Amino acid sequence: MKLHLKSGRVIDPTTGRDEVLDLFIVDGRIEKIGASLSTPSSFESMNLKGQVVAPGFIDMHVHLREPGFEHKETIETGCQSALAGGFTAVCCMPNTNPAIDDESVVRYIRARGGEVCRGIVNVYPIAAATKSRAGEELAPLAELVRAGAVAISDDGSPIANAGIMRQVLEYSSMYGVPVIQHAEEPSLVRGGCMNEGFTSMRLGMPGIPSIAEEVVVARDLEIVKYVKKARYHVAHISTVGTVGLIAGAKKIGLPVTCEVTPHHFTLTEEAVEGFDTNTKMNPPLRTRDDVAAIKEALRDGIIDVIATDHAPHTIDEKEVEYTQAPFGIVGLETALGLCITELVDQKYLSLLQLIEKLSVKPRGILSLPTIKIQEGVQANLTIFDPAKEWVVDPTKLLSKSKNTPFAGRRLKGKATGVINNGAAYFLD
Amino acid sequence: MSAVKLRNRHLLGLEGMSKEEVNLILDTAVSFKEVLERPIKKVPPLQGKTIVNLFFEPSTRTRISFELAERRLSADVVSFATAGSSVSKGETLKDTARNIEAMKIDMVVIRHSAAGAAHFLSRVVAANVINAGDGAHEHPTQALLDMFTLREKHGSLEGLKVCIVGDILHSRVARSNIFGLKTMGADVSLCGPATLIPRGIEKLGVKVYHDLEEVVPHVDALNVLRIQLERQKGGFFPSLREYHRFFGVTKDKVARASKPITIMHPGPINRDVELSADLADSEHSVILQQVTNGVAIRMAVLYLLGTMNQENARV
Repeated sequence: MKLHLKSGRVIDPTTGRDEVLDLFIVDGRIEKIGASLSTPSSFESMNLKGQVVAPGFIDMHVHLREPGFEHKETIETGCQSALAGGFTAVCCMPNTNPAIDDESVVRYIRARGGEVCRGIVNVYPIAAATKSRAGEELAPLAELVRAGAVAISDDGSPIANAGIMRQVLEYSSMYGVPVIQHAEEPSLVRGGCMNEGFTSMRLGMPGIPSIAEEVVVARDLEIVKYVKKARYHVAHISTVGTVGLIAGAKKIGLPVTCEVTPHHFTLTEEAVEGFDTNTKMNPPLRTRDDVAAIKEALRDGIIDVIATDHAPHTIDEKEVEYTQAPFGIVGLETALGLCITELVDQKYLSLLQLIEKLSVKPRGILSLPTIKIQEGVQANLTIFDPAKEWVVDPTKLLSKSKNTPFAGRRLKGKATGVINNGAAYFLD
Repeated sequence: MSAVKLRNRHLLGLEGMSKEEVNLILDTAVSFKEVLERPIKKVPPLQGKTIVNLFFEPSTRTRISFELAERRLSADVVSFATAGSSVSKGETLKDTARNIEAMKIDMVVIRHSAAGAAHFLSRVVAANVINAGDGAHEHPTQALLDMFTLREKHGSLEGLKVCIVGDILHSRVARSNIFGLKTMGADVSLCGPATLIPRGIEKLGVKVYHDLEEVVPHVDALNVLRIQLERQKGGFFPSLREYHRFFGVTKDKVARASKPITIMHPGPINRDVELSADLADSEHSVILQQVTNGVAIRMAVLYLLGTMNQENARV
């Protein structure tokens, strides 16, 4: 592989670099960076005028469904979807069957990640906090981390019991891995399937109140304060109240981080009208006030990471009565377009800040090496066209599942290629 | 007949329906009620039409009322009743719908425990869909017959003071009544335990009360909802005894009114729980008129939707 990437806008938040440059990539390494280099013979030249070259994106919250639910997605199709979305790494959640609560499953997923898609996508498993994610006994956390798990979570379910949460935080603190909480108090949910509010009242739909998320975050923050050296990360925050709790915790220096999904900064509960089950996700779409608070929190740095909660389900699973449908939507391939359309174009984030939230910050939280764009390092790059306009067509998604509420939506910004682990993938 | 027509080829709910459309249905029902008084209670407008009644939830009253209405309009009628959701039954609602489609049915009446089930069906079949109750969402024909009964009794709905009493949270009857009555200019209030009043419902322009004695002096009619025992297990109220004492509509409580209050109930009644037996059987109760009017209202809805396509074809 000898590539000459010409005239791309190189944005690297760790060095603060933002300039139009040429790169030579040789066998997966960045050999040379400079302005207006001429193409040596035997190099393939690619004109990236108008495109951005960024450190590779990581989605720290996806459901790859393998092992156990391969009819929805496999590690291979999930990685194809990641590539199409511009991600060079994904972290997969443990709600598989069997759950990722045994080191053999961690090793299997890592190995499979290395085999599929020429190994371009790094697949990092997130291990279960409790055995079978049942919330009762600790999973073998030390073994799981040693086998390569990058974080601990029962995602799909909360760690609902306060005593167990304390123990998970204490035990995992020995190994420096973050505990990722899916914050949801089950006794406040009780069959709810959308945000509890004006729309659920009109539709007669059982609601999930904002307090279901907030009481768990508030409780956990007290535990984090009490347990020394724990690292706590809140998955997919969705309410103005949670934003406030995280902001307060950060102010007093607690080791707390959080993420938001593109759908939670784009859509509101009003999208549920018409009963399209592709608007059913957990946490649910909230109100305009929540969306506004989340966008401001992204701008103000209260929210560290954008992650998709990519949750594939088949058409047959989704085309049922709203209350019966499973929660979740696919997100890998629409993430970048939604980020640029909703956040960069609306001036909440600069492109550099966006790249921080899609690459630098999540890697920091997971203690993965920082990616730099400099001579002599392995190339781990996401290349995207921030001005490209396109319309979401579910049939064209590379994910095995097509459950997106964004069908027909016009977006701005699309990944055009990635380079990682010595291999390159270019769209079109 | 007036120039007004229904805008939608389905009846999924009353939210968003115009005053003119509601009046069209109520006025049409007046003529069908007259038919019901005749010795031969059958008219031909839906001859040759096939209607299927899909009841995924137990129901006697609504199903019989629809069947009678359909037969009196001379339609061919097939009824299908099963408990539980389509998922637990093995066949999905989508497959059920496709089967109906394949059998060339003209109209479908659906009752289902999931909110949105009728909307779902209307998207996948070509037949006219009539919502006979979807979860806690809407039950439009019930609210129409309630409004018909109130109009019959009080002359007009404009400014009429109606209080809906009981479990508003889980009630499709309450939602459809609120949407319909507000459209018709009635003054709507709600009374029930705070745990059974959905948050934010005041935004629909209704007043909320938790004390019947406070409500009674200001209302013309009470629409009393059935309270379900399961709600006690759900922690929504402590016991039926306490519910009856504080929210049950009884002679004592309505005695404070300066004028007689019309008593309505969508049925079936839990006697002496949400409504005392003496009041249910009293001269101010219109509960049995509601049942009679239900057939007339359903005939009107079926007629208006079932002949809509023909009229369009003629134009």
